[in-house]
Amino acid sequence: MIRSELIQKIADENPHLFQRDVERIVNTIFEEITNAMARGDRVELRGFGAFSVKKRDARTGRNPRTGESVEVEEKHVPFFKTGKLLRDRLNGK
Amino acid sequence: MGEKTLTRMDLSEAVFREVGLSRNESAELVESVLQHMSDTLVGGEQVKISSFGTFSVREKAARVGRNPKTGEEVPIQPRRVLTFRPSHLMKDRVAAGNKR
Repeated sequence: MIRSELIQKIADENPHLFQRDVERIVNTIFEEITNAMARGDRVELRGFGAFSVKKRDARTGRNPRTGESVEVEEKHVPFFKTGKLLRDRLNGK
Repeated sequence: MGEKTLTRMDLSEAVFREVGLSRNESAELVESVLQHMSDTLVGGEQVKISSFGTFSVREKAARVGRNPKTGEEVPIQPRRVLTFRPSHLMKDRVAAGNKR
């Protein structure tokens, strides 16, 4: 399923809403999650999962082609942990 | 860095501000988005949200695990796990936003 299919499903269930509003609703949800993580915040959606930011320490990496050492700076990466309910549902519980 | 925790309530508040539906209906729509995503994943299909990321279901084979406390061997059944791969855009925004 891709974004437009998700939007279509929500639109079909809510015939009283304009398609463009459904698009804004769905986009707002994902935008809000990304914005929160960009601020370093967590987003916890019980039953579904939690989005958080993990810190990766600076390290000395290597260019795999040339074998040359390169300093990789500390960085922050997005992380998702599946919620218990969804994890159980995936396994038929 | 923020360290605040947002919940469904914050997402529905954002929808409420953006579209001007009632708070109640905004909350229902957030729930229904999460429900459709969950149902699709439980059905074994991946969910690909452009410029956000991709959720996919992976099959893990059975293996022998170990109770770390007692050292006892325990069989781990085959199971399905969910993985999220953030888009480049999300990775860039998260890296830029948290840079010191």
